[in-house]
Amino acid sequence: MKHVGLSAIALAWLLGGLTSAAQDQGQRIPSSWTTTTISGEGKPRGYVEYEKYCSACHGAGAAHPGTMALQAKYKGAEPAVLDQRTDLTSELIKTYVRNGISVMPFFRKTEISDADLDLIAAYLTRNNKQ
Amino acid sequence: MKAPPGVSPSDFAKALSEFEQAVGKPWVFTADEDVALYRDPYSPFLGEPDELVASAAVAPDGVEEVQKVVRIANQYKIPIYPVSTGKNLGYGGSAPVFSGSVVLDLKRMNRVIEVNEENAYALVEPGVSYFDLYRYIQEKGLRLWVDVPDPGWGSPVGNALDRGGGYLMAQFRNHFDSHCGMEVVLASGEIIRTGMGAMPGAKTWQNYKSGFGPWVDGIFSQSNFGVVTKMGFWLMPEPDAYLSGTVYVPKHKDLIPLVRILNYLENTRVTNGMPDLGSPLLGIPMIQQIDIWNRGEGPAPPEPELASLLAKSEGGYSPELEQYALAHGISYWSLKLTFYGAPKANEANWEFAKEKFSAIAGAKFVDNESYKLPLTAEQQEKVHKPQFGIPSLAMFSIGARSRINPDPTSGHMWFSPIIPRTGEAIFEANRVFSEAAKKYGIPALAFSLPSCYWERAFIFIFAFPVTRDPATNQKNRAAFRQLVQIAAEHGWGEYRTAPAYQDTIMSTYSYNNHSLLRFHETLKDAVDPNGILSAGRYGIWPKHLRKTPA
Repeated sequence: MKHVGLSAIALAWLLGGLTSAAQDQGQRIPSSWTTTTISGEGKPRGYVEYEKYCSACHGAGAAHPGTMALQAKYKGAEPAVLDQRTDLTSELIKTYVRNGISVMPFFRKTEISDADLDLIAAYLTRNNKQ
Repeated sequence: MKAPPGVSPSDFAKALSEFEQAVGKPWVFTADEDVALYRDPYSPFLGEPDELVASAAVAPDGVEEVQKVVRIANQYKIPIYPVSTGKNLGYGGSAPVFSGSVVLDLKRMNRVIEVNEENAYALVEPGVSYFDLYRYIQEKGLRLWVDVPDPGWGSPVGNALDRGGGYLMAQFRNHFDSHCGMEVVLASGEIIRTGMGAMPGAKTWQNYKSGFGPWVDGIFSQSNFGVVTKMGFWLMPEPDAYLSGTVYVPKHKDLIPLVRILNYLENTRVTNGMPDLGSPLLGIPMIQQIDIWNRGEGPAPPEPELASLLAKSEGGYSPELEQYALAHGISYWSLKLTFYGAPKANEANWEFAKEKFSAIAGAKFVDNESYKLPLTAEQQEKVHKPQFGIPSLAMFSIGARSRINPDPTSGHMWFSPIIPRTGEAIFEANRVFSEAAKKYGIPALAFSLPSCYWERAFIFIFAFPVTRDPATNQKNRAAFRQLVQIAAEHGWGEYRTAPAYQDTIMSTYSYNNHSLLRFHETLKDAVDPNGILSAGRYGIWPKHLRKTPA
């Protein structure tokens, strides 16, 4: 295994020299990053995915259109902040993410993969009464 | 799954199979449920037979894979439609202009190639969103700001290529103007780099825009001549401080000197942030107030007497309305100025601005926020984030359900003509659009104010709602087209539009028998002879699909 590892490093170095990889490769956006600077370190993946894709609209506080809309819809009968709900089902969450509702668009699989959507659904249903 | 128009099912099957070899099977989407996700969520043709839809989608992860896909598409003459993050909602989303195209989804290409703090630039791939780039800069602790548009989930590359705008210092607000250097995959599959990037080992690709010889970058924006796979941007060094102040003027005609003085102050860099016009009397919010007003936290509705005067006024004016405003101390117009820079310089510039605006009798001034930067987390929650280079989605309050809007829309499209940057032009455009609104039954405000993103021109941004009712959407589309024509008759052109109107608007840029469009077509035929790239985008069609201009 050591041999393979060394070869890989040597090859990467060689390719780097040939294609000026320092400028061409850069840093891929880590999957643990959210849309804010809320750290996903050590947090459940579902929470991280929720923070990445949902909380910019559905988070707590002013200036969150999703929260504003759910407040207007339920008038306090259900929490307006999505991740405080205890009545959502996986199916409902997936339907909205893949079909959209009102000004909320649907999301492509290059944005939210099926696996990520499973994680988001698991996070949002974590506190549901059994 | 249906093959693109003009492509045989067997050729399509072969192309899809080769796409799978190029990018990996999971990244070629052909199932109906997956392809449906490439519809435009805000399509004005929502659910109608004319809705623009994809036949499939392919998502490469790197420039080499883009080259492979383009070469395969060329071989089988498959129309492909590149999108970066596909989030320019209201301007087309990720749906193709030519229905049946294969969407080339670049979202997976999300590498930040370089961010340089000393020279304040970034080089990114198309799948990097504003949220991503902001986060990258924060993680690295760099004192740099990105000029973001209101929706932060779009990409710097896509937004710049659509010629979008933002809120910071003037030289960054026009996102295409603030780019520096591109990498483009041509329809042949060949890669070019523009500006200094054409020199192997260039040391200043993101520092000097034009390189040597013709500067071709512009032809890759609002067009279909290549797939941009990397793009450089100049970023704004984080200033030490932010200051804002608002000027209030009492009379209707004061708008004319208000704009004239603003233009002088902005073009001499006395004020360097985006100016923001409003009208306390007419109830027109400034941009930074839109989200707050949409939440139902705006000013109280007008008193009955004022409401009656407003209803009776023509184009937001009547002598009685003005008299009421003067008697009650309600300003006709407001103008918020912002200053980024050294704290003492900001204060001095605001004082100088006050001196200049004092030429308008009755002008009043209010000192607004003053922040030492960076903002604290608490301060961030109080501000219009894009004015501080912080991406947000707050502007999606437009049309969303709220306390004051129980009937949400299904999206919106923007009618956005460019008009001269004068008070006279604002009055004239309002007169024209208000008459058109009455004639064609378009619901319109009594008066509208333009936005000040660009330094030498105003832009009106009128939202047309998209609904679930095809009859309403049909009526709105017809009205939209009428407004485009009426604007053009007055010399006002659109800056950007949804695919549904790109042909209509391009046809208004018709000087000398459409000579500019014919030049675009000459370029198109030369660089993309099979017409595979983004057919129809911004009214540029390949030869085999070309129609005679209206």
